[in-house]
Amino acid sequence: MQVNINGRDWQIDVPPDMPLLWVIRDIIGLTGTKFGCGIAQCGACTVHLDGNPVRSCVLPVGLVGTQAVTTIEKIGDTKSGKKIQSAWLALDVVQCGYCQSGQIMSAAALLDRTPNPTDRDIDNAMSGNICRCGTYPQIRAAIKQAAVSDG
Amino acid sequence: MTTRHGPAYALVRPAALTSLSRRHLLQASGGFLLAFAADSARSKAHAAKPTAPPGLDGFKPAGFIRISKQDGIVLIIPNTEMGQDIYTGQAMLIAEELEAGLDQIKVIAAPPDAALYTDQLLGEQATGGSTSVRAAWLPLRQAGAVTRTMLIAAAATQWTVPVAECSAKRAVVTHRPTGRTLNYVDLGEAAFQQPVPQQVALKSPNDFMLIGKATRRIEGPDKINGTAQFGIDCTVPGMKFATVSACPVFGGRLADVDEKAARAVPGVIDIIRIEDAVAVIGDHFWAAQRGLDALRIRWDEGANRDLTTEQLIDQLKSASLNGKPIVGRNEGDIDGAFRQATTRLDATYELPFLAHATMEPINTLIHVKPDSCEIWVGTQVPVRAQMIAAKVTGLPPEKVTVHNQLIGGGFGRRLTAETIGQAAAIAKQVSYPIKIVWSRAEDIQHDVYRPAYYDRISAGLGPDGMPTAWVDHITGASVLGRFLPTGLPEGVLDFDAVEGAKENPYAFPAVLVDWVRADPPIPISWWRGVGPTHNVFVVESFMDEMAHAAGRDPVAYRLALLDKSPRVANVLRLAAEKSGWGNPLPEGFGRGVAVHNSFGSNVAAVIELSVAASGEITLQKIVIAIDCGLCVNPTAVKAQMSGGMIFGLTAALYSEITLKNGRVQQSNFNDYRMLRMDQTPPIDVYIVPSSEAVGGIGEVATAIAAPTLGNAIFAATGKKLRRYPFDTKELRAENAGRTDFAELLPTDPADVLAEAAEFLS
Repeated sequence: MQVNINGRDWQIDVPPDMPLLWVIRDIIGLTGTKFGCGIAQCGACTVHLDGNPVRSCVLPVGLVGTQAVTTIEKIGDTKSGKKIQSAWLALDVVQCGYCQSGQIMSAAALLDRTPNPTDRDIDNAMSGNICRCGTYPQIRAAIKQAAVSDG
Repeated sequence: MTTRHGPAYALVRPAALTSLSRRHLLQASGGFLLAFAADSARSKAHAAKPTAPPGLDGFKPAGFIRISKQDGIVLIIPNTEMGQDIYTGQAMLIAEELEAGLDQIKVIAAPPDAALYTDQLLGEQATGGSTSVRAAWLPLRQAGAVTRTMLIAAAATQWTVPVAECSAKRAVVTHRPTGRTLNYVDLGEAAFQQPVPQQVALKSPNDFMLIGKATRRIEGPDKINGTAQFGIDCTVPGMKFATVSACPVFGGRLADVDEKAARAVPGVIDIIRIEDAVAVIGDHFWAAQRGLDALRIRWDEGANRDLTTEQLIDQLKSASLNGKPIVGRNEGDIDGAFRQATTRLDATYELPFLAHATMEPINTLIHVKPDSCEIWVGTQVPVRAQMIAAKVTGLPPEKVTVHNQLIGGGFGRRLTAETIGQAAAIAKQVSYPIKIVWSRAEDIQHDVYRPAYYDRISAGLGPDGMPTAWVDHITGASVLGRFLPTGLPEGVLDFDAVEGAKENPYAFPAVLVDWVRADPPIPISWWRGVGPTHNVFVVESFMDEMAHAAGRDPVAYRLALLDKSPRVANVLRLAAEKSGWGNPLPEGFGRGVAVHNSFGSNVAAVIELSVAASGEITLQKIVIAIDCGLCVNPTAVKAQMSGGMIFGLTAALYSEITLKNGRVQQSNFNDYRMLRMDQTPPIDVYIVPSSEAVGGIGEVATAIAAPTLGNAIFAATGKKLRRYPFDTKELRAENAGRTDFAELLPTDPADVLAEAAEFLS
């Protein structure tokens, strides 16, 4: 099976029902994408599939096909991803940081589709991502800052 | 300020955990002080010279600071980073006196070494109780000052000039008369050959360059691009992946395993049995998980097989009514005060069992070899991690290496090391390194839980509505008893069980606070906010009931009782002012307030919310006022206030661990819910400028969340909810229908996978 992750094609020999998360973490060895719940409840495992945010813990790798997978390690190469990461740093969003890869992937996808998100847009895009440290106020502020930044 | 607040290095060389023969518990003002007083020379020396200035003989600057051309300036941070921003906070303390910028240093986690890294407020190398900055306040600044002194001395020696002509700034020593300079990294080796000074002067707060400035998190850049390494991310060559199923009934044992189907799962390598659990090792986590699912396990469930939450709560109630209380505080004539009261109020408050639900599930990477053991794990107790692995493997502790990692959420979960003991028991049966990762269900169902509490509280009010008597009968487990390696003897007061109640900020004419110990047969441990998270809920909720009975405004009523607690009164006034307290609100809206002083800090919060006819609560806005003494990093304080509040709100709104047939019924974030973005209101934090002693910040806001929320619900609806998680059904105007998002969420991972497959096909 072949899968394209962060612009590179990987030949992998795994069962097709294996969630993409474990391919990314345990086969490819990219550990920025996190395991949180395994049932698409927390968003820590969020990656992009052709730019769309998906929960990789429930996505069988066999369904990825030719769609390009982007993870936290390369999201900074996209315009929205870079803006989001810069705002995250400027506002010192993170605490423990474990959920933040997923938060950033969700926020980057939001900004890509909705350059000037409202509070409601932010609620809709980000409420699938749990942060146990409670960085939600900082995340909201950082998304708004990223939206008005020049990148 | 420089010498009063803590002991000196030479006087505080702590005993290793295992050598502690006697302990006693002391209580200190403003938070808890857990002093393990061994009958060692050090404690005698400490007692004999209580006012001696800091002596530094025996101090090893290299324990905290290493300087080399190769690695630059490296600070060894004694406490574990788990989101509370301690890497930055403690680096600021060292760098302030070292005269280095935070952009010029790197930080690493301290290895287990009780002699060097014991938290003097905990008596152990541990991270908890909001003690890290408080305990490090003096020693880490001393470490910086000692090392700076030695660097300057090394430069002066090299130049053959008087030390007094040299000064240091931004990691450079300058000879002022000639303008010559030497970088710290070039001086490092020579500096550490210099004699260790026996006295160092510390800066006056007026001269602080770093402390007190809003400072960004040191490890922040690594946490936004996937490069930060948590325990679960560690990798070593030849490593295999494992996951575990422990007996679902606490105290049960593994009886038998049918491995056949599991062995047939592609990628499964090995199946390992230990006393109370079975592990499957695979080429990757997915293989291990599939293998585990395929096992047919028979458990010897043991004595707890029929245990239910109802039984545990009934045990608490029975203990509350029939048990022998240990008095925490008894002042004034209680009976007389009640006789004089014109009104008597009685209420019962209940708190549930709680899981920690850290985002990073429990994990350990471990390699047990015949003569050594190496462990990569995020732990709040590195020495315990080392000790338990040594015990399980039979190796001497010095042969066990623990590489402590960033923690994806601690909250007390990683203050115990039993998961590392489990890992060692599994790993010693194989020759290769294994990374054990628990599933979320395993994590929720084999936590060490915040125990439930059952508290009966009463007050007598005089004709003016003000209290004449206050009685708080607390019933619950001794978390401290579970934590201390030797346990807590029966009949001894657990200061944590009464913290936040015994020394509450109010002036009551007669006070009785007592505690009945009732330990459940399930694992329990510390949970963010510890004692105050339990007791402040009861105290502050009941204060609102008293104000209500007196017909007084809750802020004014509290202020009338806070004469002896001016800092609490001050934050209360500030929170009230900033929240627009007293301004009219629409129907269905309410504001609630609460205060407390714990962990050496003083905090007040106001929550404004609305309650729909359906009973649904919408949080509108939150104001927090904090006086944590001298504020080391305002950025961290604000983050801990808003984050701590959200942590506490999650518990108050949603969290409860229940048992049936001896098993925890919750398994994941669908049935153990978390507050999410769309439910989080704006949170404004106001920090009171202060030069008082540094206070703790990690837990104060968590402790105040539930009472503030409950009081706001009370204000909005007139209904006082005395048990959390708050039951919104009780708030329904009629039998109005309500769509509960949680009820719509899928629960079976297989269903989710099937849905995802269908969606994508």
